Amino acid sequence: MGGQDAGPVPPGEHDFALWEKRVDALVMVAQAHGLMTVDGLRRVLEDMGEQAFETMSYYERWVASLNENLIEAGAYSIEELGRKMAEVQERGDTYAAAARADGGADG
Amino acid sequence: MAEPGQRVRVARMMPPGHVRAPAYLRGKTGVIERRLGAFGNPEKLAYGLPAEPRDLFRVRFTMAEVWGAEAGHPADTIDAEIYEHWLEPVTGETGDAA
Amino acid sequence: MPHDHHDHGHDHGHDHLSPSGHPFRADNDAPLTYWQTMEIAVRELLIEKGVTTAAEVQAQIEAMDARSPANGAAVVARAWTDPAFKARLLADASPAVREMGFDIGPLKLVAVENTDTVHNVIVCTLCSCYPRNLLGLPPDWYKTREYRSRTVKEPRKVLAEFGVDLPDSVTVRVHDSTADMRYLVVPARPAGTEGMDEAALAALVTRDSMIGTGLPRRPA
Repeated sequence: MGGQDAGPVPPGEHDFALWEKRVDALVMVAQAHGLMTVDGLRRVLEDMGEQAFETMSYYERWVASLNENLIEAGAYSIEELGRKMAEVQERGDTYAAAARADGGADG
Repeated sequence: MAEPGQRVRVARMMPPGHVRAPAYLRGKTGVIERRLGAFGNPEKLAYGLPAEPRDLFRVRFTMAEVWGAEAGHPADTIDAEIYEHWLEPVTGETGDAA
Repeated sequence: MPHDHHDHGHDHGHDHLSPSGHPFRADNDAPLTYWQTMEIAVRELLIEKGVTTAAEVQAQIEAMDARSPANGAAVVARAWTDPAFKARLLADASPAVREMGFDIGPLKLVAVENTDTVHNVIVCTLCSCYPRNLLGLPPDWYKTREYRSRTVKEPRKVLAEFGVDLPDSVTVRVHDSTADMRYLVVPARPAGTEGMDEAALAALVTRDSMIGTGLPRRPA
């Protein structure tokens, strides 16, 4: 997007939520275990297009790309992901409730 | 084209897919600032393919070259990292830079 | 890195504060989103498959939390006080930073120096490349369309929005992190800091001054 017209740089900053930090960490871990490259992360982010940039937050785009790369690498199947996401949703209505029952993850 | 100070042009090609040569620099002429060494070709790594090493260079462009009359301060510069296969040597008479 | 947080139901106090000491956003108590659900699912699948462990993920978070602009400020302060170190830093920054004891992993760092006649500013137009292994995670504005689009074309206008107004006698050098290198600006040492020690000098070095969108603080 270098050189495109755009408005003033928005000055706001936020501290990262736990789930965002976990996405960041999982991307690093997946790279460390040879399941993806930073180039693969970027490739999927780019392929998501302008619409995603406008409608999804930074780490929403990252987790989408992470998942795409892991599916491509065969780390798990789409079916396994679908079943797991449904199971997670059953646990509760908030991130804290859904993540707390994750059996083995940190508190 | 491995020498600092040498003039180079970024290829004008516009293939689809993951490329690290930014579109705004394609076809622009600059000067090699330094050689950075060889890195796996990101155009392979991005697709999970074995990646051959490619030499990477820092290339310095003037704002005048990149933005033409729109450049607010023509002598200000942009440095970017460009892989060897995106760089073409520039001979004196074909240089299109000011 | 060796911390083992594999215990059940134990709340770690630091999970609720960011490195800057502020509470996390309220996401933990807001309605669960699709993408949060995906994060939990991906993490649990990778753990169940033996790819990673909860402890490894937590250790990665803690390693990143431990990185902050203070690391870069220490490097800059050393460069301001030790000419031989500054020469090594500008020639090849990664080994120079490692010699100070910072664990920057595979980071390939280039240090660029601001002077009376040159002002450097860093951007990544293609994504959000940032020297995260030295400075921690990038600020939100660094990742915005506005900063990424405009900095390569009208850097002086962008810098003015950050309160940095440069005279025409100064050349602006924009560095677009397009590939494998990451960049650290070594700001010019402020006047009136003669005799200050490294720790006092480091306190003057802001994050933005190491990106090029700011200047160091003036001594009190």
